[in-house]
Amino acid sequence: MKTSSPSLLKATLAIVRKDLAAEFRSFEMISAMLVFSLLVIIIFNFALELDIKTRQSVTAGVLWTTFAFAGTLGLNRSMSVEKDRGCMDGLLLAPVDRSAIYFGKAISNLTFMLVVEAIILPVYSMLYNVNLFRIDLVGVILLGSIGYTAVGTLLSTMSAQTRTREILLPILLFPVAIPVLLAAVKASGGLLTGAEFSEILTPLNILIVYDVIFIAVAFMVFDFVVEE
Amino acid sequence: MIEVKKLVKRFGLKIILRGLDFSVEPGEFVALLGPNGAGKTTFLRILATLSRPSLGEVKVAGYNLPAQSAQVRAKLGVVSHLPLLYPDLTAEENLLFYGRMYGVENMSARITEVLEMVGLENRRKDLVRTFSRGMQQRLAIGRAVIHDPEVMLFDEPYTGLDQDASEMLDEVLRSVAAKGRTVVMTSHDLARAEDLATRFDILSRGVITASTTQKKLKKTNLLAFYKESLEA
Repeated sequence: MKTSSPSLLKATLAIVRKDLAAEFRSFEMISAMLVFSLLVIIIFNFALELDIKTRQSVTAGVLWTTFAFAGTLGLNRSMSVEKDRGCMDGLLLAPVDRSAIYFGKAISNLTFMLVVEAIILPVYSMLYNVNLFRIDLVGVILLGSIGYTAVGTLLSTMSAQTRTREILLPILLFPVAIPVLLAAVKASGGLLTGAEFSEILTPLNILIVYDVIFIAVAFMVFDFVVEE
Repeated sequence: MIEVKKLVKRFGLKIILRGLDFSVEPGEFVALLGPNGAGKTTFLRILATLSRPSLGEVKVAGYNLPAQSAQVRAKLGVVSHLPLLYPDLTAEENLLFYGRMYGVENMSARITEVLEMVGLENRRKDLVRTFSRGMQQRLAIGRAVIHDPEVMLFDEPYTGLDQDASEMLDEVLRSVAAKGRTVVMTSHDLARAEDLATRFDILSRGVITASTTQKKLKKTNLLAFYKESLEA
């Protein structure tokens, strides 16, 4: 029988297809993230009696609080599925570059986060009467989500190997994710309040640099993270 | 096929393997026996490239570990007491995923062949979470042989199986070994190990303390040999 070690791209795609097939059959992760996100924006909607101007200024904060916590739920679940039944060993046993595991899991996590965000944005728009259907805002949300899942996937791989992973992941993740979250809030807030492009440029640059640095760092260190 | 010299594995200050020497010829079926905590699983994880040796020399299928671990992984099939399967995927989808990870060509024919071998052809479209423990373990063996490996490592494959499921697994293990593969299996089930393996090594306190073959055992039985080895 003929076999040949698959390329990094083929192995990454195999992991993404597997994750999407499993999740779109059970909806365990997406439904948990979605219920949590809806609860947060509904509670904020009741708690804050706001005029239109104030609504636009708090939107960025409410949205990124929701995305960050929902994202953590997804990251935890995504890695515990691999760890609980020994599937991580199954991935590590494959004759592929181990960065394929990182990229595969990161792309799956990003997809789940984007699916939840795509549902939350219209719901938020209706509840708060704020127009979020803007291509520039979607771009910022994409950049922020890439940064968050890039570092989150790496740290969730580390925390999944401990017994206290549900507690450990937020403790590890939030300090490291502060630059990306602050930049995302600043950039989103600036866009929604109609700030000058020069004011948004700095947080946008931080988002792009953060994404590039953390993807590169994860690519270099993932092998050591999963090694025993 | 497998050659291990002076292998040491330590976790922090704790030394698990203490200068272990071990070798397996092509086509041999070696049962690695020993009490809990002797280091059997740690040793198998090193052979499987899942753990790095602290000191010593490890060669599998002609490749050195850990330097050539990707080449070794292509030649290895590993079955542990955990199935390493995704419960929300069907049996076929699980094999398809692992086949892709090993770059298996002519996948659909290979999946059918493997499912027939482990007796799950009529359950190929069923989700793994609906399988009994025995069926999951049979599919786990199918997963491990999807790329037709030269070396098979089994870590306590009978854990959690009832009598019927264990007998079915015996048949699958025999068919895996009958294809001329080199097999190393750890087990606490001495009767089954005696029935299946051609050589028996006792691992105790991080080293191989005794070794015998099926031919030599004819004068005694494995249980007596095992007890003697541990008491010595």
